[in-house]
Amino acid sequence: MDTKTIIDVEKLNLWYGDHHALKDISMKIPANRITALIGPSGCGKSTFLRTINRMNDLVEGVKITGSIRYKGEDIYAPNVDVNNVRKNIGMVFQKANLFPMSIFDNIAYGPRTHGITNKAKLNEIVERSLKDAAIWDEVKDRLKDNALGFSGGQQQRLCIARTLAVQPDIVLMDESTSALDPISTGKIEDLCTRLKEKYTVIMVTHNMQQAVRISDYCAFFLLGDLVEFGTGEQIFSNPQNPKTEAYVTGRFG
Amino acid sequence: MAEMMTSSVSTPDDSGFAFRRKVKNHVMKAVLYGSATVTVSLLLFLIGYLTYKGSQYITIELLTSQTSYIKGTIGILPNLVNTLYLIFITMVLALPISIGAAVYLTEYATNRKLVKLVEFAAGTLVGIPSIVFGLVGMLLFTQLMGLQQGLLAGGLTLVIMIMPTIMRTTQESLKSVPNAYREGALALGAGKWRTIRTVVLPNAVNGIVTGSILAVGRIVSESAALLFTAGFGLVLHGFIQSLEASSATLTVALYVYASERGETGVAFAIALILMIVTFILNIAATYGASKLKK
Repeated sequence: MDTKTIIDVEKLNLWYGDHHALKDISMKIPANRITALIGPSGCGKSTFLRTINRMNDLVEGVKITGSIRYKGEDIYAPNVDVNNVRKNIGMVFQKANLFPMSIFDNIAYGPRTHGITNKAKLNEIVERSLKDAAIWDEVKDRLKDNALGFSGGQQQRLCIARTLAVQPDIVLMDESTSALDPISTGKIEDLCTRLKEKYTVIMVTHNMQQAVRISDYCAFFLLGDLVEFGTGEQIFSNPQNPKTEAYVTGRFG
Repeated sequence: MAEMMTSSVSTPDDSGFAFRRKVKNHVMKAVLYGSATVTVSLLLFLIGYLTYKGSQYITIELLTSQTSYIKGTIGILPNLVNTLYLIFITMVLALPISIGAAVYLTEYATNRKLVKLVEFAAGTLVGIPSIVFGLVGMLLFTQLMGLQQGLLAGGLTLVIMIMPTIMRTTQESLKSVPNAYREGALALGAGKWRTIRTVVLPNAVNGIVTGSILAVGRIVSESAALLFTAGFGLVLHGFIQSLEASSATLTVALYVYASERGETGVAFAIALILMIVTFILNIAATYGASKLKK
């Protein structure tokens, strides 16, 4: 792993009440790469993803120990501004969750939240974000239309555009293609591959082929443990741990 | 296949059962039709009777003048105006408090037991007879706080009475806003209050509007809680003056004219006006909610 580390996780433990959901996770996630988190349902991969932008703070009775350093700074330190963490580490959810307002207002929501009110500047950000998300040509004449009138795949790419509009460093994707058809999924995968020039992508996926196709690095979780973390090549062709091998060859899931 | 099914339906042994089932069906149908007919005809009779009796007495003069012993006139303009004042006072005070409470309980409060307790208390308040609110309002606002009988004391009493209604409907509509919207806003770095103000509340507005219109309906139709607090006065006042001057709303005036003055005609006229107002409010609630949903 010769690239720069952007997220450095050390001895991360997480409990939901009495349930120990993440056990002593330590990993260094490289910048400007796609890292895929794989593993069977309930293994903790989504929980782990949500610790990176502190979305688990919203869950009642959650307890977290250890540290997650973003560019060297612990995002769980007491004086950290959570809103700022989430601005730098954006998230795209499993199901598109655009607000019931126009496309423009959806994309401009983040920038407006962070104090940008200048109309020209907002126009510029909206256009750039939609272009980055490869959906500009499809929606450029319909920016005033209600965002909920678009197809599932388009909505998900609009969600990506909305995330990009606040100029994050990292984009977290929580099974963001699992509800989409293969063509829409393909478009989002292409998009991710292009995004890594500017952003770091960390994605949870249930789809093994997807992980093989687009991930540079891959982490295999099982029952709250990080079993193996390495390049996609290593995990899929030459896994070190027999459990990883059993999973990636489809012997359980 | 089809043959098998027909033969199994008309098995000869079952004919007695089939007959009884048929009779039962017809009887139940008749009973249900009967109930529906009774309900609807009672309602139609009431509407028809009120319209017939009331419309005879509604005149422009009645609507635009005030009652005067000297001139010997009867007019309900003061009562119309008082009702509007009372709606205004009550809603201005009740809306922010109830919506604020609902937002706190659904979005901020972490103590589940406390939330349940408040919700239970609110539910109980809704069921308490309004005359009890009148009594409490009189003790609290006119005797303890020293307000004169008037629309302020009456309004404050109604605030207590309708707050639970607005709070509960607001809570329900806040709960119906998908959590995904909240997560989406928070994940963009929006703070809690910004998320509530820009994403949650706008999507709950139809429920809040419906609750408010229902609350206005209760204000318009309330009489018992106002007898001790807002008073019976039939004189027209300005808004500020009316706050601490005995002022009867339409419903209280109905009571006064029907029971104390024996003017049943005027009472029927007021009744018809109240019915029309309620009708309009109901339409507004239904139409407003469906319009805002889009």
